[in-house]
Amino acid sequence: MRKLWIRLTGVMAMALMVIPGVVLAAGEPASLLVIVADTRKLSGWEAWFANLYNESHIYFTIVTVVTIPIVGVILGLLADQVMTRIGIDLKSRELSEH
Amino acid sequence: MDWLYVLMPVSGVTIFWPGLIILGIGVGIIGGFFGMGGAWMVTPGLNILGFPMAFAIGTDIAHMAGKSLISTMRHGRFGNVDYRLGVIMIVGTIAGFECGAQMIMWLERIGKVEFIVRWMYVVLLILIAWMVFADVAKKRKKEKEARAKGLDVDKLATGIEWHKTFHKLKIPPMVHFKAAGFTCSAWLPIFISFATGWLAGILGIGGGLIRMPALIYFIGCPTHIAVGTDLFEVMISGLYGAGTYTFKGRTELVAALIMLCGAAVGAQVGTVATKYIKGYGIRIAFGIAVIGCCISIIMKLIPRYIAGTKYIMDISSTVLILGLVASLSLYILVKMIQGARNEIAVKKGGA
Repeated sequence: MRKLWIRLTGVMAMALMVIPGVVLAAGEPASLLVIVADTRKLSGWEAWFANLYNESHIYFTIVTVVTIPIVGVILGLLADQVMTRIGIDLKSRELSEH
Repeated sequence: MDWLYVLMPVSGVTIFWPGLIILGIGVGIIGGFFGMGGAWMVTPGLNILGFPMAFAIGTDIAHMAGKSLISTMRHGRFGNVDYRLGVIMIVGTIAGFECGAQMIMWLERIGKVEFIVRWMYVVLLILIAWMVFADVAKKRKKEKEARAKGLDVDKLATGIEWHKTFHKLKIPPMVHFKAAGFTCSAWLPIFISFATGWLAGILGIGGGLIRMPALIYFIGCPTHIAVGTDLFEVMISGLYGAGTYTFKGRTELVAALIMLCGAAVGAQVGTVATKYIKGYGIRIAFGIAVIGCCISIIMKLIPRYIAGTKYIMDISSTVLILGLVASLSLYILVKMIQGARNEIAVKKGGA
């Protein structure tokens, strides 16, 4: 029964997160303000990046949502290495209120 | 000095990148320490750096997702995250957030949204600050009484213990939360997260500021577990928010990544500092942050009642928030360095 509850909760949470379209508070679609990146003075990766933004918000979203956690994990692990090298124990702590 | 400025390819503005890193470090420290996203601190900072408002919220949320991930990883290894509690609370938070957002739309229709939201925020922050400091006072009183009787006080003892009353409700299903160390009805975290999500939806904030004290005072989490579990929720809602805001074209990924470089360091410092500061140290610093946030909102309300004060109040409020971020970050950094130094000295002494 407990497992069923946990699974049910997980499925409900996932459903609410992955289907923003069904979210009631989204309401009626508002008139969209379209922002376009100015690529005229850009070159290299900057031009590629701005073009990606202009051409497809879906791909741009995928790049963002994938990049942020990956960079977060890499930077987190790097910071872990530095802290461990300093000599801080990163595996335990004493739970105490005062 | 051109190398100190970087062009944002989407918004087309040039930004002083060390400013983004410093802002990331400050918010990372405070977020990792208190278990919150900290949008209320980031927006004034981005404003000062000349960031276009259209991109400020999306960029903030995108960096918040990465920063919370780093903090959650660290808190998770310390055993500070109750994942079961976090997952159960997500359901309530999302449902509550939706109801809050619907209510905001209704308030917009009757034209009273800004007035109600701002004052509601002030009242809520005053209540949170009162709760924190009443708890601290009660805990001190208990300690004093115990000492007078020659008794030892349990290291997990707290002042306000409303959660004990809530834990007596035995409505099935009962769930045991291993990391948090208690068993209660699953409806308690669902109801509390619904209420905090509803408030967050109305106030238009992420909710960490409300959820952290709710986890402590209503659900009964030890402070460190409340911080870690709250960050787990902030991480998930941050990723969701980053997705939706980016899809609407409101995220400057380059700025978010630059901020994330600073936030990675800050989040580690803030999280590791919780190892050296006891629960009540965190609660008191949190109470001070809440008071600062409350004063800054009152400053933004003053021009509604006193004409000609908008400019000075806007500047004062921004200075207050950034001053608060700087001093709290400095306090946490110093405590972390002192704690780490002691730990290393003890290790060397034992070797």
